[in-house]
Amino acid sequence: MENPEIPQPPVLLESSDAMSVRIFGVGNAGAALLEALSQAEFAAAHFAVINTDPVALQNSSATVKINLENKLLRGLGTGGDPDRGRALAEEQFSVLKAACEGAKVVFIVAGLGGGAGSGISPVLARAAREAGALVLAFVSMPFDCEGNRRESQAQNSLEQLKQSADGVICLPCQKIFKLIDENTSLVETFRFTGGFLLEGLRGVWQLLTQPGLIQVHFVDLCALLRDRHAENAFAFVEACGPGRARDAAEKIIAHPLFDEGRALAESDAVLVSLMGGKDLSMAEVNRVMDQIKRHCGHAQIIMGATVNEAAKEKLWVTVIAAKQSQTPASVIPRTEVRPVHSVPAQREVVMPRPASRPRRSSNKMIQSQLPLSIVSKGRFDKSEPTKHNGEDLDVPTFLRRGVPLN
Amino acid sequence: MFDDANIIAGLEIGTSKICVVVGEQNAEGVLNIIGVGQSRSRGVRKAEIINPEQVEEDLRAAMFEAEQMANVEIRSVYLGVSGGHVRGFNNRGVHPVVSADREITGDDVDDVVKNAKAINLPAENTVIHAVRQHFFVDGQDGVTNPVGMLGARLEVDMHVIHGNANRLQNVIRLVRATSLEVDEIVFNGIATAIALLSSEQKELGALVIDIGGGITEYVVYSDGVIRHSGVLAVGGDHVSNDLAYGLKVPLSRAEKLKLEHGNALLADEAKGQSISITNYLGLELKRVNVEHLQRIMSLRLEEIFQLIAQDLESVGLTDYLRAGVFLCGGGSRVPGLVNLAEKVFQMNVSLGQTSAISGLTTALDQPEFATAIGLVKFGSLKNRRRAERPFLKGLFSRLLPKS
Repeated sequence: MENPEIPQPPVLLESSDAMSVRIFGVGNAGAALLEALSQAEFAAAHFAVINTDPVALQNSSATVKINLENKLLRGLGTGGDPDRGRALAEEQFSVLKAACEGAKVVFIVAGLGGGAGSGISPVLARAAREAGALVLAFVSMPFDCEGNRRESQAQNSLEQLKQSADGVICLPCQKIFKLIDENTSLVETFRFTGGFLLEGLRGVWQLLTQPGLIQVHFVDLCALLRDRHAENAFAFVEACGPGRARDAAEKIIAHPLFDEGRALAESDAVLVSLMGGKDLSMAEVNRVMDQIKRHCGHAQIIMGATVNEAAKEKLWVTVIAAKQSQTPASVIPRTEVRPVHSVPAQREVVMPRPASRPRRSSNKMIQSQLPLSIVSKGRFDKSEPTKHNGEDLDVPTFLRRGVPLN
Repeated sequence: MFDDANIIAGLEIGTSKICVVVGEQNAEGVLNIIGVGQSRSRGVRKAEIINPEQVEEDLRAAMFEAEQMANVEIRSVYLGVSGGHVRGFNNRGVHPVVSADREITGDDVDDVVKNAKAINLPAENTVIHAVRQHFFVDGQDGVTNPVGMLGARLEVDMHVIHGNANRLQNVIRLVRATSLEVDEIVFNGIATAIALLSSEQKELGALVIDIGGGITEYVVYSDGVIRHSGVLAVGGDHVSNDLAYGLKVPLSRAEKLKLEHGNALLADEAKGQSISITNYLGLELKRVNVEHLQRIMSLRLEEIFQLIAQDLESVGLTDYLRAGVFLCGGGSRVPGLVNLAEKVFQMNVSLGQTSAISGLTTALDQPEFATAIGLVKFGSLKNRRRAERPFLKGLFSRLLPKS
């Protein structure tokens, strides 16, 4: 989508910048996504690719290429086995750590489900954190048709990634699948899904690099993404012209990843960042926020606004909505803390619900889902429930509050 | 001395135990606790009966024990009632004084009280208690006895506690089935407060929280009268259930762990500790993290207090509790509970001690018995009030012929 014709080498000039950012593409998918990123826009960042497949690595234009390799693989890659990828990454942990050394922020871009992406990303996140960087991962989940093994590997890896990274933004590809025309070619499809992920990355990037009038701190972002055991949805929209505020708001509400605004209604926390030219007016900010607020109900809203000369007449809005997972799978205590091979939390729902029939947007009455009653109430199963303000007090408090035990 | 009239028994049918306390009131009205009986309760959940036959069996066992110990026969009891259906609220009754001289008479007081009791209860509910708080005479606040005063408009604030009639009747019927009479039913929370609070504390303002097995009751006294009462159908059973769920152990084991290692706050020495659960052969089955155990407990207990604190906040009583908070019931045995409560309520918290009653010290010291003791005390107060009138009449009748 972008043409990387000016491979402007990210020079040291930027390292004096307060925010030293590294973007890692992990695995084939990660590398491909990184290629698609416009180097010019991300001039301040260092690009790096990590892969186990030397051939794929050669095609990459990233400045740093790390080939994780050992004799056992015989140059054949991980063969879709995340355990191999993980073992490899653990083995060369010091290399990964060295690659992250000096970075303030590390973005990890990967497609989960395969061997390299799923196996290496969590380890890389840990290495980066140990090197003192904040870690934000942008990952895509496989399509349904890729089979349940990849699905479960991806889930597993996502779990680990959530534990090791500061924040994870996860894009379930299947969700996008429904938006694509049936005749779209395979290549187009992947580019399309990748595009979504990169939009998110770009949004966050702008959030962090542009000096904000109302600043959104990275800490805010991490707080939003971390520990919520969250599904999150994000959108990055652009609008221009006189009605741009309304346009942008409408686009957000109608954004496919938000399920016609439903994701907003169900979210617990929403981060909104606006960026516009010098003429960005308070009324515009207000209009966008109003719309979003109206749709989010009770969510906590974090808002930021930036003025960018380059934006001219455009208005860019980035929205990240995080939702606390209904199924408390990941808060179930694990009596033994196993560092890497943690039990896959099967019930964690990261994939979206099957898309419902199209509803009118601007529909405020959103029927919430009935949670699958997995939590047994033990000895109170058959007794009259103790309701207090709609909360069932018979359900253990630590579950209702989502206090993790580990 | 051996007259049955001064034997008073209090019966509490709780979720975890059935408890009978027998007291003896002497001619001066002083109460002495002479017997205690208790048995495990199996047919009760959240303070409501789910298996009458089992409850009856347990009830007989407790009665037998109490009768043995006190060496008396119990014929009637003051029965403590509770349950998630019990509610308390304040209501005001108004009555215009119609007599020509505007003097308020006893009839006016009866009328205004009747008006205050005439409230819109759900059809299936019945009033358990209606306690007078204060009278207002033409808007003048804080009158405790308006008889003989002059005024045009008499008002009264009452605290009314009501509950589901059928469920209350169930308990009464069950007790009657064991050929016991029920003198009166009393809301457990009030009985507990009577047992624990001195009149001075009632005057200053106090909150009594009774954390039972299945249910938590709380009552607020201030200016000497009941201001607020409430029931939260959450208790010690919930703590055990949370533990069973969170630690993945059987309920009975969770109960045991709670008693042995429980703490309302995360104890420092529990950090990183774990204990092993062994089977009857001494083989290790599972290891349980003490920190998790205590955190689960702590969250649940904290929530109970927070809900109560919120409730008091909403009725605006938080600033009236100058004597502090008093905890009792089996749940109050959890170590660190006082500290936790202090953290939540931000005021002085202590474990309740049954006051101003003499008798078996073993019974008086235990927080579990507070309610049953309170029932006996309630009975003794009733008796005294009843006894006062005939006694005075008798005195006059004896004096009059002489003169």
